[in-house]
Amino acid sequence: MSKKKYWQSFGELNQTQSFQESANKEFKEELLPLEDLDDKGILDAKTPRRDFLKYLGFSTAAAAVAASCEVPVRKAVPFLNKPQSVIPGIANYYASTYVNGGDTISVVVKQRDGRPIKIEGNELSTITNGGTTAQAQASVLDLYDNTRLRYPMQKDGKGFKEVTGFDAFDKMVEAAVAGKSFALLTATVNSPTTLAIIKEFIDKHSGSRHVQYDAVSYSGMLLANEACYGKKAIPSYHFDKAKVIVSLGADFLGTWLSPAEFNNQYSQNRKIKGEKPELSKHFQFESMISLTGSNADDRYTHKPSETGAVALALLAKLGGAVTAPSLADSKLTKGIETAAAALVASKGAALVVCGSNDANIQVIVNAINEAIGANGTTINWAITSNYKNGIDADMAKLVDDMNSGAVGAVLINGVNPAYSYSDSKKFKDALAKVVSVSFNGTMDETTELCKYILPSHHWLESWGDAEPKTGYFSLLQPTINPLFKTRAFQTSLIKWSAAAGSLVNDYETYFKTYWSAKLGSLDLWEKALQDGVVEPATMPVGGGAFSGAKVAEAAAAVAAAKGGAVEVVLYQKVSIGDGAQANNPWLQELPDPVSKVTWDNYAMMSPAMAKSLLGLDVMNQEGGKQSDYEVHPEKPVVKITVNGKSVELPVIVLPGMNAATIALAVGYGRESADKETTSANIGRSAVGAGKNVYPLVGFNGTNSYSSVATVEKTGAMYPLAQTQVHGFTESRPVIYETNLKSFTANPEAVLEKITEEKLAITANDSKDFVKDATIYPDFDKPGIKWGMSIDLNTCTGCSACVVACTAENNVSIVGKMQVQRAHEMHWLRIDRYFTFNSDNHEDVDVVFQPMLCQHCDNAPCENVCPVAATNHSTEGLNQMTYNRCIGTRYCANNCPYKVRRFNWLDYTGADSFPDNQNPMIGEYMDESVLQMNDDLTRMVLNPDVTVRSRGVIEKCSFCVQRLQETKLEAKKQQDPTMVRNVKTACMQACPTHAISFGNVNDKESDVYKIRNVDQKHRAFYVMEQLHVLPNVSYLAKVRNTDRHIGVEEEKGGEAKKEEKAHA
Amino acid sequence: MSRYRKIFNRIFTSIFLVVLLSINNQSLAADGAALFKANCASCHKIDKDFTGPALKGWKDRVPAGDWIYKWIENPAAQNDPYATTLKAKWKPVVMTAFTNLKKDDVDAILKYVDDWAPETTTAPPGGEPATDNSLLFGILTLILALIAFILLQVNSNLRKLSDEKEGVLRTEPVPAYKNKTYLMAGILLLFAVGGYFTINGAIGMGRMQNYQPVQPIFYSHQVHAGTNQISCLYCHGGAQDSKQASIPSVNTCMNCHKSISKYEGPDKLVREDGTAVDGTAEIEKLYAYAGWNSATKTYNPDKNNDGNPDGAKPIEWVKIHNLPDHVYFNHSQHVKVGKQNCQTCHGNIQQMPEVYQFSNLSMGWCVNCHRDTKVDFYDKENKTGNKYYSIYEKFHKDLKSGKMDSVTVEKIGGTECQKCHY
Repeated sequence: MSKKKYWQSFGELNQTQSFQESANKEFKEELLPLEDLDDKGILDAKTPRRDFLKYLGFSTAAAAVAASCEVPVRKAVPFLNKPQSVIPGIANYYASTYVNGGDTISVVVKQRDGRPIKIEGNELSTITNGGTTAQAQASVLDLYDNTRLRYPMQKDGKGFKEVTGFDAFDKMVEAAVAGKSFALLTATVNSPTTLAIIKEFIDKHSGSRHVQYDAVSYSGMLLANEACYGKKAIPSYHFDKAKVIVSLGADFLGTWLSPAEFNNQYSQNRKIKGEKPELSKHFQFESMISLTGSNADDRYTHKPSETGAVALALLAKLGGAVTAPSLADSKLTKGIETAAAALVASKGAALVVCGSNDANIQVIVNAINEAIGANGTTINWAITSNYKNGIDADMAKLVDDMNSGAVGAVLINGVNPAYSYSDSKKFKDALAKVVSVSFNGTMDETTELCKYILPSHHWLESWGDAEPKTGYFSLLQPTINPLFKTRAFQTSLIKWSAAAGSLVNDYETYFKTYWSAKLGSLDLWEKALQDGVVEPATMPVGGGAFSGAKVAEAAAAVAAAKGGAVEVVLYQKVSIGDGAQANNPWLQELPDPVSKVTWDNYAMMSPAMAKSLLGLDVMNQEGGKQSDYEVHPEKPVVKITVNGKSVELPVIVLPGMNAATIALAVGYGRESADKETTSANIGRSAVGAGKNVYPLVGFNGTNSYSSVATVEKTGAMYPLAQTQVHGFTESRPVIYETNLKSFTANPEAVLEKITEEKLAITANDSKDFVKDATIYPDFDKPGIKWGMSIDLNTCTGCSACVVACTAENNVSIVGKMQVQRAHEMHWLRIDRYFTFNSDNHEDVDVVFQPMLCQHCDNAPCENVCPVAATNHSTEGLNQMTYNRCIGTRYCANNCPYKVRRFNWLDYTGADSFPDNQNPMIGEYMDESVLQMNDDLTRMVLNPDVTVRSRGVIEKCSFCVQRLQETKLEAKKQQDPTMVRNVKTACMQACPTHAISFGNVNDKESDVYKIRNVDQKHRAFYVMEQLHVLPNVSYLAKVRNTDRHIGVEEEKGGEAKKEEKAHA
Repeated sequence: MSRYRKIFNRIFTSIFLVVLLSINNQSLAADGAALFKANCASCHKIDKDFTGPALKGWKDRVPAGDWIYKWIENPAAQNDPYATTLKAKWKPVVMTAFTNLKKDDVDAILKYVDDWAPETTTAPPGGEPATDNSLLFGILTLILALIAFILLQVNSNLRKLSDEKEGVLRTEPVPAYKNKTYLMAGILLLFAVGGYFTINGAIGMGRMQNYQPVQPIFYSHQVHAGTNQISCLYCHGGAQDSKQASIPSVNTCMNCHKSISKYEGPDKLVREDGTAVDGTAEIEKLYAYAGWNSATKTYNPDKNNDGNPDGAKPIEWVKIHNLPDHVYFNHSQHVKVGKQNCQTCHGNIQQMPEVYQFSNLSMGWCVNCHRDTKVDFYDKENKTGNKYYSIYEKFHKDLKSGKMDSVTVEKIGGTECQKCHY
């Protein structure tokens, strides 16, 4: 077995007693919703034999009565007048654009019988190349959010009353705002038509202004770029052109700026291609362990206050005329040297990005990028990125002006400053002094304080356009009629600023006129709408004129930064982001890729800090004193105070955290002014999900997302629902990893060990592991044999696939309480493994491994099912038949990959009797589970996939509904090559194209080529020595680092020597 | 040996070719009929006026030359005198353009029309109903049982007689109702029969064979699909594209019923309970749903601005064929790929005045059909069959070597769980 150990939790690492006890139990009975059953035998149980017989009799009688009732009469109601484009049962696809604040992703919307049910990336977009994010995937659920506002409203005492008709609303608002100066407060707007309409509106109402506000701001970059390049804009980054990438705390694969785009670019140079493969080299300097940091080849941590110092040191090493303050950590200093050397070596193909919102640090980063020749190569000033435009100072001035009376009326669209503004009290006070109109779709913290509410459409109901990058347009078209009495924000602006008798008085007409004029004809407009994107034929590339005037000043300011013993850094999670989608249960239940926690935010800290502050010895340094901190969901709560504002959060201990840093996620703790109404107004999923840490954001010209803090323990405990502590592999190796140098030298070495092991158990000196290492017969796969390949090199852990799978396969949401009990239902999870990369057991490498049903050809689950509810198909699918399953859970017990999920409760409301659900609410099941059960939300369900009921096992089906659909199409067209078009939901969502899928019997298929030709030295199956013959292969991870990884350590002496010589 | 094989091969090939050719000939001959049914029959009858004029004798009416082809390709564009009179006569209906029909197709249709002769009796297209032998077997069993009983009685009487004769004393036999053997046998029999019916009943719960609800409109498939020979796919087009065959929308009905406002067909419309139905009144019901004013022959105005004529509403048909939610069934798979007739599952729908559920739609029924039905397997040498199946290389080898004689749906995985349950 590999000496290099991959572990999921500290307990597994140290094999603590509490860990072993918990791992021994497949299903923790004490956590099950079966309180009446215990081990005492049926006679001594709380429900003795007679009760048992009573129940038996009653249920038999009830079943008989229920079954003999007449079958309900069902109606089939066809269209009155069928639209030509609709064939019931056949999905239509429309190109549109996901917009959320400034986030913009070109997408294709799957619409089935008039309902949008799935979001896919638009492959025509050269920006994302068909990739999506978890948030974009989940946004279809927001359309069916029950908390969406249903009609225009006006304040009436403490509550609101409906305003009937838009005209009445227009008149009322016109009267209320007469003679007042306006401010239009929106999120970043990158829609050319909306900007034009806003301009017309501002021109019409003199003295008014438009303020763009981003909950998580990038104004530091915008201001720095104004200082250095004279443009208050963000350039386009080209990670695909960079051979060396240095990120100073920028989580560009997770949440920074445009993750779908950057994932796609980044993966281009992370693929192993050809005989002499080349990989980009990725350094990450950060304070917390981020998703991007987890993917880095080399990673160094520092305190948040040292970000500037690191940047300065890097600039100094690159020959900049600056003096960097000294850094205490010698490893960090060495890392900066290595990174600088690598940057110099790849001059012109290197890129440095920085996640700080401090304009001075960004000026230094600009100087670094000048020094390494990034300007004009990996940084493109010819097309700017228009994802974030908000300037923090503009917002601060607006709040002041509202307070002073200089602004009389505020129109709010798509932002929620009462929740996300750093000084939200000041904003709320200011809002009370002005006439306020909200266009937000839900009754959020800001909207409930406004006087007038005119909800705008969801993006899936909207016309529109976006210009994520200059010259690159992406269009929106509605895929469903507005569900409620809502009106486009732009239409309101047009109505309120149009001259009397104007012909254009709605946005749809305006949009159509604008674009057909711009493109030249209606036909071209329709073509653009069909494609979804309008892009230049070739991408313009150019540099900006750099002025280094501000560098010295910035360097001085940065050098003066003061740190503290404990510092806090605020970050966004890939799931919840800035908190706008907090009522999305798909996102709330999506485990954070690194911490694996769902439904909450928490204080992430290093093992060292946990030990000194809380006495948690997770690293088991003191022998017998073992920590059972991980085994129980209850985590100790700490109180963190920043500038007099404090927040109490539970602790998650993670390796790879900077020892002095605590990381907190924004976007949680959504709450209405009256707490009781949070459930109704903001949503059931948002209730109780974490704490709001936006108040900890500082402001000194720009928002500051890190600061010195004090932390103290409270003694309280709070349960966190963490998923990765649920299934273990019993120390069997599941990951194979090497570094680029050794891989190039001997590609076969990475899988040498497992190949030997396989041969050892193969009988009769045969080389045929499939046939001769088992007593089971080998079955034919005469037509198609499905197979999947996942590249661990390009999987970044972004989790878009997990949400895509949830949406495609009607996977249930189980709520926090059930996740705590290890009852989560995700068919696809992303396992995160840590492994030490140095002897001091402080620094870790992280590997992400998407884990789903492996569809084993010799599946252990199939043999143990007493009712043959799970069996194998001739196409290699491990089939799960829900209607045959009786819920023995033997299969889940016997699955080495722990991918089978049991429906402990009636999560979906699919069972006929509501009583199956009701008694569970509160004690076992969260209210949020019911959110998925109302008629509105159920519209999101995929009609081609059964909604599972209580008591059955379910698991990944390889999206069998898509396989069947593709096969049917191939049969209809009589063209077997069409089978190559098949895409599973996870594969289609993946922004890095890490997943390939197809017919392995087809020698032209991608999967066949990957396994047998292109990547044959890297392709392995997880735990293949068990001879379960999985149909999912993985490609071993190759890191571009000089450190020794995986296989080399196994070889022992020789490698060690080499290592020393190298050092 | 090898000589015999050669001869055999030659004979086999020639037989095969003859069969193939004859199939081809048949299909050419059938073309006109098929094309007519698919394209024309929904509006035209050969011998009498329908939504459009009767086609018989077209040659004598239309201008000579290629007028007929032009007209069929794009009727709306034709403005010659005959076309104008034709349009005026059949106002407001204008014939649909058939740009997809080639000249050969049109010729085939016209030939079919010319050759057509009224049939004396309409044979049921579904073929003879299978003769049921179970009654015969039942009677036979009964007779045999009776004979056995009589023989037993004879046997026992003879033994009694012989015993008396020989003076052997025997105890009086226990009467049958007290005989434990008989009682046991009876109980076992009851148990078996009772169990059989209980289990069958339980399995059959929720199955609704012969379900024949009363529909909001008395719509007779016999009139439409039987007598008037309208193609099934004209109304249920979804059957070849989608998983749902789908019930036609009201506007599809109105394509024809704009001009057919009275029922004057030969079939008597009678409900299951024997009451007569007034076909014209049923058409009036359709007009109410469609928002059509039969007096003025126009749709009602759309005053409430909902995009539909005022008063129009969709028809709430009662769904007859219900599959459980955990079953995935795709019509196009069966109709387009499997080339099954509608009648295979739905029975002789063209003879049903009111539709009932013909099959029991049970899983056993599905699976049995999948076991027997052969797929349209690709023949590599003759390039016939569905090319999709060319990927089954092993089956091709086995067919060639004679290991296999045909490929059924089951062979390509048609009885596996996840073909229908996911």
